[in-house]
Amino acid sequence: MILWWIGDVVLLVVVLPVVVYLLRGVLEAARSIVPSVQSIATVAAAGSRDLDAAALLVTTQDQATRTIAGVANYGGSLDLILDDAS
Amino acid sequence: MALPLAMSAAGVVMILAVVLIVAALVFYLVSVIVALRKITAGLDQVIAGVGEIVQKSAPVNGIVTAINQQLDAGVDALEGLLVKKAGIVDAVGLVDGLYAGAASAGFRTFPDSATVKPPRIAEVYTRGTLTLARLGREAPIAAANPAGAVLRNVEGGSLAARLLYPEIRQSRPPQLPRSPVIGTDAPVQYEQREDIGLPRKRLPARASAAAAESAAGASRDD
Repeated sequence: MILWWIGDVVLLVVVLPVVVYLLRGVLEAARSIVPSVQSIATVAAAGSRDLDAAALLVTTQDQATRTIAGVANYGGSLDLILDDAS
Repeated sequence: MALPLAMSAAGVVMILAVVLIVAALVFYLVSVIVALRKITAGLDQVIAGVGEIVQKSAPVNGIVTAINQQLDAGVDALEGLLVKKAGIVDAVGLVDGLYAGAASAGFRTFPDSATVKPPRIAEVYTRGTLTLARLGREAPIAAANPAGAVLRNVEGGSLAARLLYPEIRQSRPPQLPRSPVIGTDAPVQYEQREDIGLPRKRLPARASAAAAESAAGASRDD
């Protein structure tokens, strides 16, 4: 009988607080992740919006090609007009 | 009879303790499940955003590489043309004049250009300085080393600028010759020659030489 009561006391005084402590730690850790994940989601969405202008790089490439072609033509003309240094 | 009652009391306490433990487990585990579901929903949003980023940035590498290749070709062509037309020394000096310190890097297609000492061929003067130079008013071009102290003092700017000119201008003599006044209303009219508009007293040199030559030819014929 005494052992029975001792078991009850251990269960209530030791096991229950330990279980509650451990589960509370897990819950707090899980809840602390939520705002971080939401912040990451917001940043990812903002980064995606920032890359909307990446499609304009095709236009930039075309403009760069035309500019270099114009510079090459201009340089070719200068090569014919100007005398060489030596 | 007392023993069964005592055992049942201990059993009731045991059952109560187990119920409490199970209740704690249920409460906290359900709370953890709710939190994990929120995390899952947030991660779904993250994955969607990252997927868009990956999709939008996929062509960037190729396009930027192509643009860089074209710009490299343009730079190489312009550097080659500049060196061909101006020479390596003047080309380095010109580039260094436009972009101070760029001569130390040199041209990419001319590795030896990094060792060339850039000449000072691209000094930039103000419009007023160049105007004075064209007018011959002794503009202080190259009067001082650009690497030296600042020529213009902001507190005594007029004096600092005057000090750049010769001494006769600084001391301000009271009877400094006045600048000539020109125009139709000027007190002194230049070109006051009286023979303007009259017949020439002497023939021009070319006509007199021709006349002398013809006279010499006539004397030889005689």
